Amino acid sequence: MVNFPRSEATGGTETLLLNVGPQHPSTHGVLHFMLEMAGETVVTAKPVIGYLHRGIEKLAENRTWQQVIVLTDRQDYVAQFSNEWAYCRAVERLAGIELPERAEWLRTLMGELNRITSHLIWYAGVTMDIGTLGTPFIYAWETRERIFDFFEAVTGARMMPNWMRIGGVRTDIDPALLADLRTFLERDFPKECDTYEALLTGNEIVVSRMKGVGVYTAEECVHLGITGPFLRASGLARDLRRDAPYGAYAKLDFEVCTDPVGDSLARCRVRLRELRESARMCIQLIDGMPEGDIAVKVPKALKPPAGDCYVRTESPRGELGVFVASDGTTRPYRYRVRSPIFYGLSAMPRLLPGHLLADMLVIFGGIDTSMGEIDR
Amino acid sequence: MSAALWLRTIVGLVALLALLAGVTLFGVWWERKFIGHLQRRRGPLHHGWHGLLQLPADMIKMIAKEDTVPTAADSLLFQFGPVAAIVPAYAALAALTFAPGIALIDMQHGLLYVFAWETMLPLAFALIGWSCANKFTLIGGLRAAAQLISYEIPMLLAALGVVLTAQSMNLTTIINAQTGWWYVFKQPLGFVIFSVAMLAEMNRSPFDLPEAESELVAGYMTEYSGMKFGFVQLAEYSVLLVGSYLIAALFLGGWNMPFLPASWLWLALKIVLLMTSTMWFRGTFPRLRVDTLTQMSWKWLLPAALVNIMLVAALALWLGPKVY
Repeated sequence: MVNFPRSEATGGTETLLLNVGPQHPSTHGVLHFMLEMAGETVVTAKPVIGYLHRGIEKLAENRTWQQVIVLTDRQDYVAQFSNEWAYCRAVERLAGIELPERAEWLRTLMGELNRITSHLIWYAGVTMDIGTLGTPFIYAWETRERIFDFFEAVTGARMMPNWMRIGGVRTDIDPALLADLRTFLERDFPKECDTYEALLTGNEIVVSRMKGVGVYTAEECVHLGITGPFLRASGLARDLRRDAPYGAYAKLDFEVCTDPVGDSLARCRVRLRELRESARMCIQLIDGMPEGDIAVKVPKALKPPAGDCYVRTESPRGELGVFVASDGTTRPYRYRVRSPIFYGLSAMPRLLPGHLLADMLVIFGGIDTSMGEIDR
Repeated sequence: MSAALWLRTIVGLVALLALLAGVTLFGVWWERKFIGHLQRRRGPLHHGWHGLLQLPADMIKMIAKEDTVPTAADSLLFQFGPVAAIVPAYAALAALTFAPGIALIDMQHGLLYVFAWETMLPLAFALIGWSCANKFTLIGGLRAAAQLISYEIPMLLAALGVVLTAQSMNLTTIINAQTGWWYVFKQPLGFVIFSVAMLAEMNRSPFDLPEAESELVAGYMTEYSGMKFGFVQLAEYSVLLVGSYLIAALFLGGWNMPFLPASWLWLALKIVLLMTSTMWFRGTFPRLRVDTLTQMSWKWLLPAALVNIMLVAALALWLGPKVY
């Protein structure tokens, strides 16, 4: 139990310790916030993490290189493909494996679709946090389910695909499925996006609640290592898909969405625009999908040469880095993840004080927290 | 009191209780169905015709649930809380006239009586919030007190405009005064203020701050389970019923309908439509923030209500009671 001193913020009376979480409707997993409150105003905020720690990085050391992929799905269960992709790229670079063109394109397609589903979960969460009864939530869920149907048809699983392999991907995508997806993305998805925008950034109450709330400048973001939409909403156009292209990104035409304001509303606008950008990229990927093999032959007992490497990818939440070290055996010597939103969460103790309890949830929900990724 | 009066009172009280329970049950079902369809799903379907038996099932569940009292709670106040909520909510129903001559008591100052009981509710909510020894209920209870008190004033002032024009606080007289033009056409500003303030009184979205699920878990009623929760819920639905009734009676002509004979059916229809529209708001709007909420009341609704009263009084003086 923490005893707070009498605070000047309350005019000399005692502040209130409010434990938000780990069991609370809007903690996006199992996050625990220790808030020191003066009435409804946050005086200090301390996030307590670790409730979802599964020891994935340590578990990986006892598995073969290929067996780790199944763990990466569970690392961030909202952005499964991005995590698989980051790990596979790291191992491939370590082992010096070159991928066929089609495998890269397939991976990029799934990665972008995954960005859409991840942003839809963010949308569902943030609209719940701001106090709707779940109508926008269900709308987002419906679209996400449509894309999950596609995932299921391709990989056999909705959420835990275990689809990427070191040296390629596990299954090819049927052209009919691709055509179906293209129709959906071109015809229905923009309409859905209009609805999302109308219900979030087009709503007077939301704008009044989010405008000027939780402002974080680009400089502060850089100091803390914050990346992704959080950083782009503060006006800095940094996106690894453009700055250090991998997969098929170099051949795609897309815009890096930024917003100069840096408040909660700007973060919403950036993510909503990214939804449309990702759909546009997916259509280009479907149209330009090259023919060829989906994987190269890689030995079952893969033994990358001793050494280590660090690979960066742009996950839906920001810069997802994977460090792998090999001692020349069939198992990783070390597997380490730089999870982007951990750095976003570490901004909370500086961002939240001075805001109301209601704002606190909007700010923290608005940065797209995923505890699976933070705790691993 | 004569035996006939006793009988009439008891029958009336039971009928009101049945009405309240019926409205709550129907309200819960209708809310789930209506919001379900707003969300492109179908709501309860499995028990009975379109899920109608869901309600008895929920009721049995609620009654059968273990009645827990938090260790740190003030036991006496904790037990008393639901009573403090249900009594005013139930008592307020006594003065409502549902059709010409159909009321438990057709009071001379019925409107005042209803408002007086409704004013007791924030007290009950604050009491509940305090007694649970839980920080979320405490914040919820204090929010309820702050919100209900700040919205009561513009609401009463808006209702005063109607009282001025109808020259009565008797609900039958007020409704009968609207056989021609309804007050919503004569006092549109008053109608808007009254409806918005009433929505806040009902704790309904976008003014559902005292419950604020995403922030306060379930607000002041977080610690209640079983029938205690049921009673609080009953009180909430009673406010919803009384609020919709008052909007219908004061501004929408009560049982009057243009070109058609007056009937209690019109009143019921208006109440159902008003309740449905609160559910519509609930399904669509996010929640206001606590500071914008109070600002809206004190800075906008209250001055507007004062302007409305002066406007109504001036028009009533100028045009005379026959016309306005």
